[in-house]
Formats: sequence, C-alpha cells, structure tokens
Amino acid sequence: MEPRPFLEIDGLAKRFPAPAGGAPLTVFEKVSFDIAKGEFVCIIGHSGCGKSTILNILAGLDEASEGAVIMDGTEVSGPSLDRGVVFQNYSLLPWLSALKNVTFGVRARHPDWSKEQVLEHSYKYLEMVGLTQGAEMRKPSQLSGGMRQRVSIARAFAIQPKLLLLDEPFGALDALTRGTIQDELIRVWSGSDQTVFMITHDVDEAILLADRILLMTNGPYARVAESVVVDIPRPRNRAEIVHQPGYYEIRNHLVDFLAVRSREMAGSDKGNPSGMNRPVTVRPALDGGEEDPVEGPGTDNVFSIAR
Amino acid sequence: MAASLRLKAAVVSILLLVFGLGLWEGLTPTVKSAEEMTEYELLMGGADQEARVPPPSDVIGRAWEELSDPFYDNGPNDKGIGIQLAYSLYRVLAGYFLAALIAIPIGFLIGMSPLMYRALDPFIQILRPISPLAWMPLALFIIKDSQASAIFVIFICSIWPMLINTAFGVAGVRRDWVNVARTHELGPLRTAFTVILPAAAPTIVTGMRISIGIAWLVIVAAEMLVGGTGIGYYVWNEWNNLDLTSVIFSILTIGVVGMLLDAAFGRIQRAVQYQE
Repeated sequence: MEPRPFLEIDGLAKRFPAPAGGAPLTVFEKVSFDIAKGEFVCIIGHSGCGKSTILNILAGLDEASEGAVIMDGTEVSGPSLDRGVVFQNYSLLPWLSALKNVTFGVRARHPDWSKEQVLEHSYKYLEMVGLTQGAEMRKPSQLSGGMRQRVSIARAFAIQPKLLLLDEPFGALDALTRGTIQDELIRVWSGSDQTVFMITHDVDEAILLADRILLMTNGPYARVAESVVVDIPRPRNRAEIVHQPGYYEIRNHLVDFLAVRSREMAGSDKGNPSGMNRPVTVRPALDGGEEDPVEGPGTDNVFSIAR
Repeated sequence: MAASLRLKAAVVSILLLVFGLGLWEGLTPTVKSAEEMTEYELLMGGADQEARVPPPSDVIGRAWEELSDPFYDNGPNDKGIGIQLAYSLYRVLAGYFLAALIAIPIGFLIGMSPLMYRALDPFIQILRPISPLAWMPLALFIIKDSQASAIFVIFICSIWPMLINTAFGVAGVRRDWVNVARTHELGPLRTAFTVILPAAAPTIVTGMRISIGIAWLVIVAAEMLVGGTGIGYYVWNEWNNLDLTSVIFSILTIGVVGMLLDAAFGRIQRAVQYQE
C-alpha cells in the first residue's frame, strides 16, 4: 500500500441551511485533494467559491458540513499550533509591539522555554523578514502594511507549524511591497521544510511561489477542478521567472481557466462523480500539456491546453 | 500653533473667572460697619435682616483658613476639610472596588456567553435604573450600620456602568484576535487575560471612569442622609450652621476632587488605549 499523503482532504462540503422559503445553499462540495510534506500549494478561484472557508476548515476555525481533513494520520478537529495561519488583515494584536506579537506565538508553542530562548528564537525570525533595528519595538499601528504582514509571517514561521495556511497574505499590499515580501516568503520558505497552503487572487504570484496550483470553479457548488503543476525549477525570482520556458503556458492556462472555464464548469459534476476523486492534474509547462495518466479519472477531462 | 491655542484658551478662562468673580463681588452689598449705621438701623439690630450669599472674597478667605489646617479635629461637628474628604474618599473607593471586583468578572461572563447575557439581562435592566439612594433604607435595615450602608450605596451605583461596559467590550473583541488565541491553543484563562482583557480594556476603563464619576456624585447625597462624617455631611452641617461661606467652599472642593478622580482615570484610559 502506498503511504498516505501528509494532508488529505476528502469530500469536503460547506452547506448553509435553507433560509425560510428558500433552497439550502451549497458553497462548495466534493472538494478533495492531497498535499505532500514540504509542498507549497496555492489555490485560485473567483470570490465566493469558498477558498477562505476551506482554509478556515483546515485551520480548524470553521467546520465542514461534510467530509474530513486528515493531517499526518489524524483528523483535524479544532485549531492547533500544528497549523499556523496568516490572515489578509495580519491579525496582529494591536496592543503588543511587533516583537511581543512574535514572542506571543513562540511562548504558546514552547511554554517550557526560558525568556532568553523565546527572545532569541523570535529575533531569528524577525531578522529573516528584515524587521530589526528598532522596528520590532513598534506597535502594529506604527508599521506600514508590508511591515505588519512581515511580522505576521515571522510569527507564523516562528511557531514552526506542520502546515502553514496563508489567506491572501499580500492582498492588501501595494504591488511593489507585495513583490519584496513574496521574495522574502520564498527565501524563508526554502530554508525550511514547511508545508504551505495559500489562497491568492494573483496568477503571477501563484506561479512564482507554488509547486502546484489548485483551481476552483465558481460557486455555488464550487469544487477543485484542476491541479496545475508548476514545472519551473527553483530557486525562482520575480525578475527571471517570466523568461523561464513554460511560464506563459502555465499563465495562459490559469488565465483561461479563470476567465472562461471556471464559469463553464460551475455547478457541473463533470469528471468528479464520486467526490473522492482528486482533481485532474495538468502540466502546461511540459510539452503541449499532458494529463497525468495515473490520477486522471477519465477522458472527459482532457482540455486542450496547448495554445 | 497648538501651544498658542492653549495659551489663548487659558487667557480667556482667566478673564471669564475674573469677570465672574468681579460680578459676584460687585452684586453682593457689603454690610455696613456699626459706626456707619443710623440709630434706626442700630435699634433694628443691623442694616439687613436678610442672610446674603457671601462674596467671593469671603469664600477665598475661608478656603485659605480651611486649607491651611485641613486635618484638625475638634469633635464630631468640627473637623478639618481634609478629614472629611478622607472619609468620603474612603467610602467611595471601598464601594467602588467592591463593585469592580464583582462587575468585571460578571461582565466578562455576560460578554462571553450569549446565554448568560440573555439570562441576566432582565435583572440588570430592572436594577440599573434604581436611584442608589432608594436602596438606603433597605441597606440600613439589613446592614444596621450607617457607614457600611453608605459604602453599599456606592457599590450599587458604581456596579452598572462597569458591568455593562465590560460585557460590551468583551463581546465586541474582534473575531480575528480570538482566532489568534484559538490557533495558538491558548486555554480559556490565558485567552481571557492575554487577548480579551487587553482588547476590551479601553471599553472597560471607560465604564470605570463613568462609575467613579457617579460614585462621587452619590457619596455627597448619601452622606447628607447618613451623617457623621464626610464631605456630604460637611455641606449639610454648614447649611444647618447657616455658614454659607463654608457651603460654597465645600461645593467647590467637591468639584475639584471629582475632577482629580476623573483625571486619574483619564490617565489609565490613555495607558490602556491602543490604535488598530
């Protein structure tokens, strides 16, 4: 028997009960995918398809109506330090300095550590995101959006969770800041064996960061339709990645999905009848695009992706 | 710019004060001295039978007298202003801290649990509008001690703003911050102390500030009823003595102490305030 994947999501659904006189609302259903240890996975989809709900379910902050999340062989129920979260709005505690926000997390993770150990560990991660020389003593309100998100990332990495969940971490930042922090995120991530699951709206960001990109169809009845493998070697950086062979094949594939197919496939069950099947794996960067013969459930799902 | 505005405001304040005091002084007819009285006036026992509001110069003179020796004690009806204020402050602070001890934990409970909020809400709604002095007879009967009854009245009047503000502050803590606590696996107690308390602190301290103001308002009335000691009793005692100079002086003292109490809580408020 082949070993179980590190993170297994099986037949996840979120339904809201019918309002008086209406039909029950199914935001998404039959969402199933796996994430391997150390993998960086992004999920893309239009607003309202339930990406954030999926992330909150993974974090244990929300409950699924159906299905299960299994991490490292145990079912996820309730929040845990094994799953760190970075939210779009940073969710720093505004009455604590940047440093105290990080030590807050470290102390929760290692209650047995001495004060010096906690400080040393926290500074290590603050340095990784370039927040030192006095900036770490400031309150979040005295920091720019980019710096706040750096603190948030430092806190999440400092806890060293088994799974790191990022909910559109750069959504509120301007393009220039976003670029620098993306580079920092890659740097911090590549020095660790951290498994990351990240929501984004930005196609280029997803290609730059991810090993694999999950594509969701539009809601209601949204589902994860495809798993796009980013066959671009690491280390990557923003300036050079656009010259990599295959970059535009991947990009076009994603844009086409978001612009056309996410709508066409919405609500349909095409290719995923049982709910337990994994999404179709697509590798646009490889010659002409080919479907993974092992995981592809049927010929229905062959899309012409070489354009 | 800000400094010059403050300076201008101070100048206007002083001008208003001088003008007001001058008007008061000017409108108060001076009692003629005995030599200047006509024979008729002397026969009638003085120029004016009507007691008059004393001029500010008298009040300032009395203030100087009282404040230069605030802690003298010549028996039950003649104590220095410092002693009277100390009694009042002791009662206010005792009742107030007892109230805080009960209001803040219960406020936490109500703020955290919608069930308790609904269950306790009718009691709070009925008890809150009761004038604290209305409790006095019952308190005197049950406690059988006038001192303790005054403290009870302070307790009952300062409990509501603290209770309601704590509940409001706790219930309004941003979901994100509670989620931070949850994802960090903090226990309920650590969540309460490290996340919810600091997050709700500005609202809680606002409630405490309102409460101390009300307590200081109520203590004067309570001491007028209870008697014996305290600034409220002092005001009433001087009224009975028909010493209006002392009445006016003590009214001003009540104002100044109330302002100082409020300023102290203003400082605490600034200390716990955070910017999102």
